[in-house]
Formats: sequence, structure tokens, C-alpha cells
Amino acid sequence: MSPQIEQEASQPLVEVNSLKVYFPIRSGVFRRHSGNVRAVDNVSFSIGHGETMGLVGESGCGKTTAGRAILRLVPITDGTIKFRGKDVASASPEGMRKMRPQMQMIFQDPQASLNPRMTVASIIAEPIKEHQNLGRSETIERVQELMDAVGLNRDFANRYPHEFSGGQKQRIGIARALALNPDLIVCDEPIAALDVSIQAQVVNLLADLQSSRKLSFLFISHDLGMVRHIADRVAVMYLGQIVELADRDDLYANPSHPYTEALLSAVPEADPEYERSRRRILLTGDVPSPSNPPTGCNFCNRCPKAFDRCFRDEPALKEISEGHLAACHLFDNS
Amino acid sequence: MKSGAPNEQSPVLSVRDLCTVFGTRAGDVHAVNSVNFELSAGEILGVVGESGSGKTVTMMSMLRLLPSPPANVKAGTVHFEGRDLLQATDKELRRIRGGRIGFIFQDPMTSLNPVFSVGFQLRESLRRHLGMSRKAASKRSVELLEMVGIPDAESRLSAFPHQFSGGMRQRVMIAIALACDPSVLIADEPTTALDVTIQAQILELIRDLRRDLGMAIIWITHDLGVIAGIANRVLVMYAGQIVEHARVEDLFANPSHPYTRALISTVPAVRGHRAKRLNSIEGQAPTLLGMPNSCPFESRCSSAFARCAQEAPHRMQVGSSHDAACFLVENASHVATN
Ligand SMILES: Nc1ncnc2c1ncn2[C@@H]1O[C@H](COP(=O)(O)OP(=O)(O)OP(=O)(O)O)[C@@H](O)[C@H]1O
Ligand SMILES: Nc1ncnc2c1ncn2[C@@H]1O[C@H](COP(=O)(O)OP(=O)(O)OP(=O)(O)O)[C@@H](O)[C@H]1O
Ligand SMILES: [Mg+2]
Ligand SMILES: [Mg+2]
Repeated sequence: MSPQIEQEASQPLVEVNSLKVYFPIRSGVFRRHSGNVRAVDNVSFSIGHGETMGLVGESGCGKTTAGRAILRLVPITDGTIKFRGKDVASASPEGMRKMRPQMQMIFQDPQASLNPRMTVASIIAEPIKEHQNLGRSETIERVQELMDAVGLNRDFANRYPHEFSGGQKQRIGIARALALNPDLIVCDEPIAALDVSIQAQVVNLLADLQSSRKLSFLFISHDLGMVRHIADRVAVMYLGQIVELADRDDLYANPSHPYTEALLSAVPEADPEYERSRRRILLTGDVPSPSNPPTGCNFCNRCPKAFDRCFRDEPALKEISEGHLAACHLFDNS
Repeated sequence: MKSGAPNEQSPVLSVRDLCTVFGTRAGDVHAVNSVNFELSAGEILGVVGESGSGKTVTMMSMLRLLPSPPANVKAGTVHFEGRDLLQATDKELRRIRGGRIGFIFQDPMTSLNPVFSVGFQLRESLRRHLGMSRKAASKRSVELLEMVGIPDAESRLSAFPHQFSGGMRQRVMIAIALACDPSVLIADEPTTALDVTIQAQILELIRDLRRDLGMAIIWITHDLGVIAGIANRVLVMYAGQIVEHARVEDLFANPSHPYTRALISTVPAVRGHRAKRLNSIEGQAPTLLGMPNSCPFESRCSSAFARCAQEAPHRMQVGSSHDAACFLVENASHVATN
């Protein structure tokens, strides 16, 4: 191994450290700063080369914000994000311009993320034109390659987004994300808007592209079955924080944080006999507001296992077995 | 009345040959194509199908809730409590909707009126349908909110819909739907927009309410897991048609239409075997322009043969209370026309 490759192998592609993203709340006639929405509150994780990190959790827990922060699409309040060892948070505009092509994003709503007045070819060519100096025919060639790679018929190059189905639109978005040969793609609920029978097509495509191009994914989803299928490791978020992080099989077989347990036990399974006999953990109460999280553990007001300490001290994310992290006082003495 | 299986009691609702067409600039969209089903007292009938398969249009057609034009309910009967809803007067229909037949829609904000308090909306429904006095309606409103698990019900009556969380709003919707003690409840994807932990609470609530109140429920969803957990019998819809009908255990143990089989195998589970690659259904659902003269699933079906492209299959008996619209089903005997 050359020293450089050796370094690549030991260093993760992305390293997020104590990331905070707060959105200010302004109120009153003078729009005074009256508080913060703590969308992402002290989050740390890494993504290895060619790895898929699954990010799950319920609506509003901060998944999208965390993904956008890595691409610096939202202002970072505190913490560091390193991409290939370089800090994204403090990068200069020029530094960012160099880094940007290596990180791309695919969005939930394929309809809304494509400009309706641009042809498929010009949508896919847009990042190439912006970041690379290719001639006209080379650009066309590159667009056609990309269309092949995502399974879109080349003959459709001059059509407009509305002429495509949801699954095809998502393929257009994927082709655009691949245009600059990125190392990382943040996939934000890439299949949530698609029909069940189309979801598998798109996920298989992502898996194929990953193995042929050595891509890393941050795969954001609330579909725990799909995340189990595609992710290597999984982070579970609740109210702006990671409450558990582990290898995929370990997480699904041994969920340790009471929230992860409840989340997994709530997923309905396509098996009537199992559904009839299964033990469900039903949570009570609502998710608190991220502008006013409870004292102690964020999950304490809904946790079926909460005890006095949980209402007082915030639990830190720590290793409870090899490579398995959880933020819960139940593991304080283990 | 002839019924599908001898062991079933007479249905509370019976839909025969329902056909709904939308007139559009591109041509006629055959959204619901000769749909037949029955709903028995006290059962939960699951209706599963992907986007555009005709689930909502079927229910809206039954209750004559679609604006015409563009919608045209071309044929069929919908028998409910001794009358055909498709022939009923507007006045009769208004009494039935939200009275003997309650419904819950996917997005509670579209059916809750944002400018009235939740208590007002509950009371109005009770007074209109049951002729209750203001005082009796207020008392019953509190009971209803308590029944669906809203804490502090009495003080929440004066709250407006936007002051509730998504899960709580869906509970309010259920309370309104149940207000007039309906014999049939139609729920159109009531949990699709909710988080799974909240969905689990609502499903539990519905199971309890069905047990305690005994109404029949039509539960529409695209989630096979939800169907497995809540339904007694299931209709699988594809391209405006019922392609398979079975008891829930039979549907999952012995899916007989290739579409049902494919659908079940494409959903990755959170436990058990983990496939290296997902089974996928290639292609996409047909546009519903023009009357189909082939099996609607033919172009995507891995078991299709010549006949499937030449002729549309009827629903054929697979076993007791189990049928599928596929030529592969042997011992063909038509149930759809019984
Ligand atoms: N630009 C913004 N300004 C203010 N608050 C915001 C902004 N973007 C997000 N938030 C808030 O931050 C929190 C986290 O939002 P985020 O979109 O990251 O959640 P999510 O986990 O992606 O949810 P979903 O599953 O619904 O997409 C939410 O409370 C949201 O309302
Ligand atoms: N006003 C309309 N004009 C034309 N076509 C319509 C109209 N309303 C519905 N349709 C069509 O009727 C078909 C059935 O739609 P329907 O809303 O019943 O589907 P669904 O099964 O409820 O789907 P979803 O899961 O997305 O709610 C679709 O192909 C739809 O495009
Ligand atoms: Mg999001
Ligand atoms: Mg619908």
C-alpha cells in the first residue's frame, strides 16, 4: 500500500464531532432572539470509505439538518465536520468550491428538486458546466454515460421532468448527484415519495452504484426495514441527538436504548401471525419541542424505563459493547 | 342474498360492479374498474394498493363524494342498510355520511375545519346527526375525546386543530368519525403521515374500539405490515381493480396473484432473513386511459404468457373466501359475478 492509501484506509471519509445546529427563534415586534430550535445538538459520528451510514429517527429529530450541515447547506453553530481530514465548517469559499463536487445530495421529493423548465440532459449537465471545463460533445457524452448508469433511456434526454414517473425522476436526481464523481452522497429519504414496487428499484440502483464507484452514503430514512437492508452501520436520532449507534446487525438484534427498542417494536411486519402475538412497546406522550427539551435525558418523559437519574442528568453517548454506542443511564455501571 | 362464503353473516355493505371514470383532456381515465366486495359486521377489511390504484376513488364513489364532472360513476350498486347509496337522495346521503358511515381521511387538516374549536366540530356533528341538545352534545364530546385517549379532554374541547400534534389530530378525527355510533367506519390511510411509534398507538386504539364498539371497518393503506396487523380480510388493488381477495392469513401464507407475491417479497423486514438484493418489480403501473383488454399487470409480471396480453382475467376462486384475477389460478370459477 502506498502511504496515501494507507492513510485513507485508517481515516474515515467524514468525521462529525460535537456538531450543533441551532436555529434562532425570533419573536415580538423587534424580532428579538428569544430562544433556539436545537435541531442538531452535540452529534458525533463518522462515515468510512465505501460505507453506508443509516440515520433513522422520527419526524423533526434533526436528520435532514445533520445531512445538510455536512454539505454546509445550513450554518453550523458549533462543532467540526471533517471531510478527508479537512474542516468543512471553517473552509473558505474557495476551499468549499473545491470540496463541494465531492459531496452531493439526493432529495426526498424528486418532483420538487428538479427544475421543471429544464430538460433532463441540462439538469444532469448543470453541475458539470459549473465545476468542470468540458467541451460540448464531451458533456453530452458524459450525460449519456450517466443516464446509462442510472437506467434512464438515452432517448429521453430532451424530455422534461413532468414526463417521467416518480421512480424515473429519482433516477434523474441520482444521475445529477453522480455527475461530478462524488465520494459521498447524502440520500435524504430518497424513496419515501415512491411506491413500494419502485422503492426496490431505486435502492438496488444505489447499491449497484455504490459497489461500482466506491461511494459512501449517509442514508437518511424513517423506513427501518430499508435501512436494515442498505446500511452498514446505523445511528438512531431522537430530539437532535444520537441515542444509539451500532453495526447494522448488532443494532437490530440487540437494540439497547429504550427508544430504539420502542421504535423497532412499533414497525408493523408483513406477517399476520407474528403481528397477533408480538409484544409491542407503546410509548405515551408526545415528542417534546426541540426548542425546549426536558431536563435530564431527552427521552425521559416518554421512556418506559426512566428512573430518577434520567430526570436529572443528561446521559452521554458511550460504548456499551464493542462498536455499540448508547446514551442511556441504564448502562451507567456496565 | 348470495354471499361469497357460506360461513359469513349477511354483509353490512355490499358493493357490486362499481365503475368510475374521469373525463380528462387526454381521454377517459378508468380509475375504478368493476369493483366487487362485501363488508361483514364487526370485521376489519383491509384495502392495500399502491398510489393511483383506485383505493380512494372507490370509497369516494361509494359515498358519492366525487365532483361530477370530471368523475362519472358509470355503473354499480352500493347496498347499505336496505338502500342503494348510488340511488339515494342528497338529503339521505348527507345523513348517512358522518352518521351511519363515519370516515377518516389521510390528512386530518383537510377534514378538520381550522377556524372552529375541536369541541364545536364534535358538538355540531352530534347535534346534526343525532339531534342532541347542546348540553348532551358537550357531555358526549368529552366522553369521545377520552375514549380516543386525549388527556385532559374537557379542557382540550376549546382548542383548535392546529394546537394538536399530528397523532392527537388523528385521534380527534377518529372521535368525530365515531361520534354518531356508525355501523361502518372508512379509514383512508389514517396513519400514513404519522411516525411509527404514533402509528402503533393509533392502530392499538382502533383494535380496542372495534372490540368495544363492534363496528365494521374498511382500512385503506399501502403498508402491508399495517394490513397484517389490523385486517381480518384483505382486498389487493392494482390499476383500478381488485386483483386478489383473501383472509389475511391466507393472503400472506398463500398469495396467489403474482402482483401480491411480488409486493410481499419486495418489502425488507426489520427481523429475520436479510436478502442481499431486494426483489424488485420492474416497470411501472399502466396509465388507466382506455378500457383494459389485457391483464393490467401483464407488462411487469414474471409469469405472464400469451393469453395475459389478449384478455383481462376475472377474479377466480382459489379457496374459501380467496380469489385472484389471474389465469394461473386453476379450477377457475368466477366469483366476481356470483
Ligand atoms: N431553517 C429552519 N429554521 C428553523 N427551524 C428549522 C429549520 N430547519 C429545520 N428546523 C427545525 O429543526 C428540527 C429538525 O428538523 P429536520 O428537518 O432536520 O428534521 P428531520 O429529522 O429531517 O424530520 P423529517 O423526518 O420530518 O424530515 C425541526 O424541529 C424543524 O422544525
Ligand atoms: N380528478 C381526477 N381526474 C383524473 N383522474 C383522477 C382524478 N382523481 C383521481 N384520478 C385517477 O384515479 C386513479 C385512482 O386514484 P386514487 O386516488 O383512488 O388512488 P389511490 O389508490 O387512493 O392512491 P394513493 O395511495 O396515492 O392515495 C389514479 O390513476 C388517479 O390519477
Ligand atoms: Mg427530513
Ligand atoms: Mg388515496
